[in-house]
Amino acid sequence: MDLRHLDTEPSREEREAVDAVIGEGETLATVPLREARRLRAHLLPALHALQDRVGRITEGGLGYVCRRLHVPPAEAWGVVTFYALFNVDEERPTTVAHVCDDVACRLAGAERICGELAGTLGPEGKAVKGRGWMRSPCLGLCDQAPAALLVVPGAPPTEVLWGGVDAPSVAEAVRSGTAPERGGVQPLQPREALHLLRRVGQVDPTDIDAWRRSGGGAGLRRALELGPAEVIALVGRSGLVGRGGAAFPTARKWEAVARQPARPHHLVCNADESEPGTFKDRVLMEQDPYTVVEGVAIAAFAVGSELARIYVRDEYPLARQRLQHAIDTLRQRGWLGDDVLGRGVKLDVELVRGAGAYICGEETALLNSMEGLRGEPRQKPPFPSDSGLFGQPTAINNVETLANVPLILTEGPEAWAARGVPGSAGTRLFCLAGHVRRPGVVEVGMGTTLREVIALGGGTPSGRPVRAVLLGGAAGGFVTADQLDVPLTFEDTRRIGATMGSGVVLVLDDSADIADLLRRITAFFRDESCGQCVPCRVGTVRMEEWVARRSSGGSADPALLDDLGAVLRDASICGLGQTAASAVQSAVRLGLLGGGR
Amino acid sequence: MIELEIDGQKVTVPEGTTLMEAAATLGISTPTLCWAPNLDPATACRVCVVEVEGSRVLVPACGRKAEAGMVVRTNSDRVRTSRKMVLELLGSSVDLSAAEQVKPWMASLGADPSRMGPAAPPSAAGERDAARAGHHHATDGATAATVCQPIKVDNELYVRDYGKCILCYKCVDACGEQAQASFAIAVAGRGFDARISTELDKPLTDSACVYCGNCIGVCPTGALQPVTEHELRQEGAWEPERQTQTDTICPYCGVGCTLTLHVQDDRIVKVTSPHDASVTGGHLCIKGRFGTRFVAPRGS
Amino acid sequence: MEETDVILLVGSSTREAHPIFFHHVIRGVRNGARLYVVDPRRTSTAAWADLHLPLHVGADIALANAIGYVLIEQGLVDHDFVRRATTGFDAWAASVQQYRPEDVEEVTGVPAAMVRKVAIDYGRADRGVICWTLGITEHHNAVDNVRALINLSLATGKIGRWGCGLNPLRGQNNVQGGGDMGALPNKFPGFQDVVDPVARARVRSVWGDIDRTPEKPGWHLTAMFDAMHRGDLRGLWIFGENPAQSEANSGHAIDCLKRLDHLVVQDIFLTKTAELADVVLPGTASWCESEGSVTNSERRVQRCRRAVPPPDGARDDIEILVETAKRLGVDLGIRSPHDAWEELRRVSPMHAGMSWERLEAEDGLQWPCPSEDHPGTPFLHARLWEDPVPGQRAPFAVVAWAPVAEPVDESFPLLLTTGRKLDSYNTGVQSGHLGAPLSRGEALEMGPGTAAEHGLTEGDRVRVSSRRGAVETVVRIDPHLRTGLVFMTFHHPDQVDTNLLTVDTSDPAAGTAEFKAAAVRVERLSPAPAS
Ligand SMILES: Cc1cc2nc3c(=O)[nH]c(=O)nc-3n(C[C@H](O)[C@H](O)[C@H](O)COP(=O)(O)O)c2cc1C
Ligand code: SF4
Ligand code: SF4
Ligand code: SF4
Ligand code: FES
Repeated sequence: MDLRHLDTEPSREEREAVDAVIGEGETLATVPLREARRLRAHLLPALHALQDRVGRITEGGLGYVCRRLHVPPAEAWGVVTFYALFNVDEERPTTVAHVCDDVACRLAGAERICGELAGTLGPEGKAVKGRGWMRSPCLGLCDQAPAALLVVPGAPPTEVLWGGVDAPSVAEAVRSGTAPERGGVQPLQPREALHLLRRVGQVDPTDIDAWRRSGGGAGLRRALELGPAEVIALVGRSGLVGRGGAAFPTARKWEAVARQPARPHHLVCNADESEPGTFKDRVLMEQDPYTVVEGVAIAAFAVGSELARIYVRDEYPLARQRLQHAIDTLRQRGWLGDDVLGRGVKLDVELVRGAGAYICGEETALLNSMEGLRGEPRQKPPFPSDSGLFGQPTAINNVETLANVPLILTEGPEAWAARGVPGSAGTRLFCLAGHVRRPGVVEVGMGTTLREVIALGGGTPSGRPVRAVLLGGAAGGFVTADQLDVPLTFEDTRRIGATMGSGVVLVLDDSADIADLLRRITAFFRDESCGQCVPCRVGTVRMEEWVARRSSGGSADPALLDDLGAVLRDASICGLGQTAASAVQSAVRLGLLGGGR
Repeated sequence: MIELEIDGQKVTVPEGTTLMEAAATLGISTPTLCWAPNLDPATACRVCVVEVEGSRVLVPACGRKAEAGMVVRTNSDRVRTSRKMVLELLGSSVDLSAAEQVKPWMASLGADPSRMGPAAPPSAAGERDAARAGHHHATDGATAATVCQPIKVDNELYVRDYGKCILCYKCVDACGEQAQASFAIAVAGRGFDARISTELDKPLTDSACVYCGNCIGVCPTGALQPVTEHELRQEGAWEPERQTQTDTICPYCGVGCTLTLHVQDDRIVKVTSPHDASVTGGHLCIKGRFGTRFVAPRGS
Repeated sequence: MEETDVILLVGSSTREAHPIFFHHVIRGVRNGARLYVVDPRRTSTAAWADLHLPLHVGADIALANAIGYVLIEQGLVDHDFVRRATTGFDAWAASVQQYRPEDVEEVTGVPAAMVRKVAIDYGRADRGVICWTLGITEHHNAVDNVRALINLSLATGKIGRWGCGLNPLRGQNNVQGGGDMGALPNKFPGFQDVVDPVARARVRSVWGDIDRTPEKPGWHLTAMFDAMHRGDLRGLWIFGENPAQSEANSGHAIDCLKRLDHLVVQDIFLTKTAELADVVLPGTASWCESEGSVTNSERRVQRCRRAVPPPDGARDDIEILVETAKRLGVDLGIRSPHDAWEELRRVSPMHAGMSWERLEAEDGLQWPCPSEDHPGTPFLHARLWEDPVPGQRAPFAVVAWAPVAEPVDESFPLLLTTGRKLDSYNTGVQSGHLGAPLSRGEALEMGPGTAAEHGLTEGDRVRVSSRRGAVETVVRIDPHLRTGLVFMTFHHPDQVDTNLLTVDTSDPAAGTAEFKAAAVRVERLSPAPAS
């Protein structure tokens, strides 16, 4: 293509960093459109290489990437500026602590920490000798709130996500460029209650032999014996539905891809987990990465994909390391590769990094992101099973969904399903956080009541009564103290106008400032809207303004909120906009925002 | 052929027909902003949404293909509420003064953008371009945020008034793969801070722009205007009702593009091309779009 | 263009010279077509290609024949079609045997593997189109160049079908229309031969006494200049052309014009040519100040309409002609463009079906359109697929490669080729008013290799001389130009009169001059201005 490129040059470091991921080489002189499209998928990895090495995407670095990959600079700029973790500003710190100020961390004093940091490290986002701090949406470490993510550029860069932070420890991390490693995890429940979580805290997540001894790998072996069709049939019998929020039957999704004549087929594991309050997928990836990869491999085998991809949010460095280690060792042992376990099956798994965008958890936005585009959702239909990654048939599944698959294959679909109730099969992970004594991931059979789940956290630390629970995350809604006996099934939650969403159970005692939480939630949606469609792009701004007026005692027209809710829910392209008003509307409906209706 | 029902009437259309086209065969007109006859539907503005029985949410009529047995409502309460809200959201955040087509829709749906509160003051030049994903200033809700900002004038041929931009993606698609393939502009930023931008917000003269003006040709709100039009508007002398439009053929190369000459006071004030001209599909090159200036100097 | 498998663009900087046509190419590529571009320079068009074939200037025939060689060698000839619809295949097949790609690599400059790849892809594809512009026709052997390409489409049966064919891309707005109307030395309107008795009879029935119309072809442009030079042509009426600046070897052209007894120039600008005229007739801008039609490169007859009044004193071209005829004592019976059109429909069978009303209502009509119920003809030569083929079968032509008219030598070591840029047009009389933000003025473009050999850098002022003249300009480095080849446009003759340099050896049949290849030398005048 006859692209006009930036004529700036990269530094030696930048060039090396980029070459290390896309290979050295000359820029091709002529590039047909279809070749340019293929090269485009390397854009995010190349931008990450720059960000990792120098902490910034400079004009020289961007120009070099564009020339090498034949990406129009304007489009590349559109991509860079879409992702919160790519830095293009001189004044922004390169050694930076991203401090979570989202729902769970707010309850644990994040605002106070931010206030103190402004004093010690300077204003948010402004570098002092290259160092500084920034606010971040939920980092997925709500069980150890307040949380922060330290990033120090280099080769390799330092990336540490750690919890229980206070202002001095963040300041010290920024100054020293190091942060404490997190210790192991101990489940909140007795071993016999755990199935999906049975290896957590028990089996070394970096030891393939330990994993094998604990029964790991039997699911993939069984799948290879059964063949794809039989695997899909088994999963269908189990009644497994997606754990990512939309609760779609997994086997049906696989079947839709498997039967497509077009090739290749793709399997994508959605590990973008960015719904505020959600951290279950992180725990699985960090504590049982082999099983996650095993589930991914089985799914890929079932849908006929030879290369599965796991899209991991960039804020999860440890999860990425552990998954990569698992993939590498599985490949070494012949569990992945050109001839899996000598059965003539070709199957591999690859990690893809996100770059700071909640919306990329939406499955079609995720596909665009993997193709090197802005993470904007696609209008459906066509569905990914018809036209997904690179326009080819694609199945997308959540981490927890896939991690269940080896279990289903080894213990049989009926046994697996029986842990839940009819219509809501199996067990389910919940992310218990907020005002609970012992936060963490819990695994319960579907149909367990919300009260029982909360009880696993040992009550509120203050001993004060629970006032409400934010169930399902920012995209979910509130449940009040009098509704805690709701059984956690799809039907029962729907009946009370709630949703399990991604499994968030954020407990709020009667001291919680719900208006403050709602301001944070509306700010979150305004920040994370991709901006594509009018209802969400402008509607989330008007929601934030509405809540700000309402919570500061100003006039906030209830009819306007109804209309905002309607247009967001009915006319937005994707689930982000469609659910953006639900928490606010439920709070108003339940009288949690003061004044009632 | 496919049979479906729209507003209680049966209609039969060929496969691949959109709901909007199907509705048009019944004489039902659908408001659109981001749709253009010569571009693939972006389905971004959502002003065209309709209700399809069995669908949880409304669907964009401009892009959704008709399916056998569909039952479609284009005038239900849900549809009217969403369309009205889309117009109120746009009207409260964007300067729609040059988007004539919107006014009757606003009136018939009773859209009242002032419900959103008084407009916030416009941003300073460059301020919106400097916004970064995931970070915005908290609001007190006292005013309604807008995209209003100073006009960008950086070349002799056209101006960019992004205070009028509804982010319909049409200019990006026309500049990009769907027509011109120069890729000079793209959407940058995220959410409400998303904007049309060159790389690093450089002026057009440092960008890949080739001044074909195809972005102007598709812009629905007058955010992009030829300098001639912009200057006349500034002077208050832009009077479309006094203009004639005449189709002729471009005097330059042998491709033979149809030009629609917009003439006011015997002066060519703007050049467009009909989207259904088989040669142009509505698109022109710099010569056809701006090269007719050589007629002007003789008259003056 | 949009529904084909292979697009071969030969000597065509379509991206810049025909931007909107290139939109259709891009759509074809989006729909899956492979694009191959043959051009000595890596143009912006070539940058889109699946393969760019960087042939030497003037080696077009050798390349086309080499492709033909591969088609035969690989068994990709559509023998069925060839047998039914063509003549002369055997002679052509024999003639291309000397063009094994490996053997002519030296001549073409294109690696044999590339030639083979393109030939095989074109040969195997179901549909394929070939397009060319001035890169092919502005050579002294222009007609042979075109015929060499036609041979390829005949050999593979890629003609007369949707998604196939041969497309010359016209440089000027109404080149095609001029030809349609009989503005050719050997044709009546509608491409009817002046020596064809049937055509003469038809024309006589409308025009009456045509006996003073010679029964032999007249002069084409270059022959006219030769005749002016000899003194055989003494009076000339020029409509809207600027030969004083657009002709190759323009110094010679001006000299010829000055020798005329009487020169009339009808134009909308006071061009350099008009400055030489005895009488200047101010015309109207046909595309916006008067009514009429033009024909584009796809043979589409399109209506031009009056949108603004002409300036005082200017008169419509038809009006001037009719008035002049009246003064000469002839009433042409034409009062309006519409009248002229109705007359054409009677003279030219291929326009007969194009009523003024249809032209008014439809999106143009592609000729031939013999009757009012005929939809027009989107592609030609469909008859070649009828069995048996009605009318004449399509002839293969044996064409041999010959070197450029003026090869480089020691005194003129560089080959100059000329072309267009996106934002400018021909001699710049129209586009000069554009104020295009892109325009950078004229320059001598050269590759880094050439620059190094000559010790030149960007911005150096140089004198460029050929055997015919010299101009001064500045150096611009284009990293994609090969060593030994330099490039200029002819958009800015008032700054730099490029055509003082070009060769006026022309194709014997078509009369197009060799704009594309002249031997030149370059000398530095001064160091780069410190700006
Ligand atoms: C804004 C938004 C964010 C989402 N984020 C995630 C996510 O982080 N992880 C996830 O698995 N699903 C997420 N989803 C749901 C996915 O779109 C998709 O439904 C899911 O990955 C499918 O997998 P499952 O069927 O296994 O649940 C999100 C949806 C929306 C609308
Ligand atoms: S709903 Fe929001 S996030 Fe989803 S496509 Fe629309 S603007 Fe983007
Ligand atoms: S500038 Fe115009 S065409 Fe471009 S996105 Fe904005 S409103 Fe649409
Ligand atoms: S608009 Fe451009 S491409 Fe079209 S006829 Fe005019 S000069 Fe040629
Ligand atoms: S016109 Fe259909 S979404 Fe904009």
